[in-house]
Amino acid sequence: MLARYGVIGVVIVGLVALVWAVASGVGQSEVTAERFVDMQGGQNPHAGFRRAHAKGFCIEGNFNANGALSSYTTADAFQSGSHPFTGRISISGNNPTAPDMAAGVRSLALSFGEGNQTWRTAMNTPPVMPVGTPEDFFAMIQALSPDPETGERNPERIQAFFASHPETQALRNWQASYSPSQSFATETYNSINAFYLIDENGNQQAIRWAVAPSSETSSSPAIAINAENPDALQEEFAARIQQNAVVFDFMVTLASEQDDENNPTIPWPEDRETINAGQIVITGVSPQAGALCNEINFDPLVLPEGMAATADPILRARSAAYAESYRRRARETFLGQGEDASHE
Amino acid sequence: MQAMSKPTVHSTPARIIHWAMALLIWSLIFAGLSMVQSLQTWQVELLAIHKSFGVVALLLVIWRLIIRLTHEQPELPKDLAPSQKRIAHLSHVLLYVAMFAMPISGYLMQNAAGRPIEFFGLFTLPAIIPVNLSAYGFFRETHSWIAWGLVALVVLHIAAALHHGLIRKDSVLQSMLGKTKD
Repeated sequence: MLARYGVIGVVIVGLVALVWAVASGVGQSEVTAERFVDMQGGQNPHAGFRRAHAKGFCIEGNFNANGALSSYTTADAFQSGSHPFTGRISISGNNPTAPDMAAGVRSLALSFGEGNQTWRTAMNTPPVMPVGTPEDFFAMIQALSPDPETGERNPERIQAFFASHPETQALRNWQASYSPSQSFATETYNSINAFYLIDENGNQQAIRWAVAPSSETSSSPAIAINAENPDALQEEFAARIQQNAVVFDFMVTLASEQDDENNPTIPWPEDRETINAGQIVITGVSPQAGALCNEINFDPLVLPEGMAATADPILRARSAAYAESYRRRARETFLGQGEDASHE
Repeated sequence: MQAMSKPTVHSTPARIIHWAMALLIWSLIFAGLSMVQSLQTWQVELLAIHKSFGVVALLLVIWRLIIRLTHEQPELPKDLAPSQKRIAHLSHVLLYVAMFAMPISGYLMQNAAGRPIEFFGLFTLPAIIPVNLSAYGFFRETHSWIAWGLVALVVLHIAAALHHGLIRKDSVLQSMLGKTKD
């Protein structure tokens, strides 16, 4: 009889131990989505806000596709015509009231379509990733974070990280040459990671893209900004759009045989074929609080039929990390714990 | 007498769907627990598979409820204490509630996030509630809590089944294995 109880005990304890092991990630990389988002959110995360790129505003407009990519993909958004989107312009960092001009990265995120044509993209000002895996990315954010004791960044630790990660060179070259513009409208936003276009016969073509200011937007008169104003860029964009739509060209670069679409740290050579797929025309802005762009997660792996994800480990990791950030702010919003960032 | 005509084992369809769903539910739970934390490349495909099989689980539990309501159940052993019979009944009701609530909360949380639910890449299922962050927060947490509740219920269910089979040596475990206890 005792042996029979023993069998039951072993089965039950074994099952509970197995569930516990899977739930706590035994045997997996120690860099999990939870740890990643913990670190991005910082010591005092802002409840109800995105843990990364917390500060931003909603936009709306149309992608006027010219159909130049229709032989490469069946995705609706690239067929000739006008495709409405909702989107978000944001700055890097976890602080929803951070000064616009101080952020190192600016972003443009777009959401198109519905059903199997839903497409989300989150583009940033850097053209490449500093590192090629989520583990290295985690180590880099740790190296770049202020020392908890001094409150300052540790230059030696940062140097040591870059020295041991030569793949960061392309990004550092870009950083050295980049000067932030005086407007969100005159930045270039990059897909960074590569994706596949899939045609009606199932053929794949790896691409990256950049959304670059159109000639009409870059030649329109500049609006003076007060760099001391924490919302300088948001206010500039709102003032600009009162006068004219903000227009970007959607420039798609085709990979060649020599390019590794799964490595986001290496820029593709300048001479790769680049196709102008149409224009992103932004016609409206609204504060993010209560607007549609705040309700959704711009997960770059929400792709329409006719596009697919590459095996790029950073691209794959973005999905789970964005989902964890989204889960946290959604829970906080549901529980009514969200902070008020009144001047957003 | 009516009691004499009660079956001693569960019907074949009931047994097939019980064991098929046992395998499916454990797979979905393990997939769910690992994919929400993993940053590895397979996470994306696992999520797509989890959603498709979640739809399968919803279809199966509907079919299972129909089987349950249209086939006669074996009786619990006569010498089982009334309190244990009530607990057995309640735990089965809760298992059914959880088996429905898991895929439904998963479906609704995807709707609230504005994300499509594709069925093995064959077609996309319609959204029945609008995109809403707060609703996502509710359904996402519900999906998680019900998952833990379902794990607890299934572990209890297995412990009870083994107790019937190994300690009491009555007809209960046998009736789901398809063997008549003589």
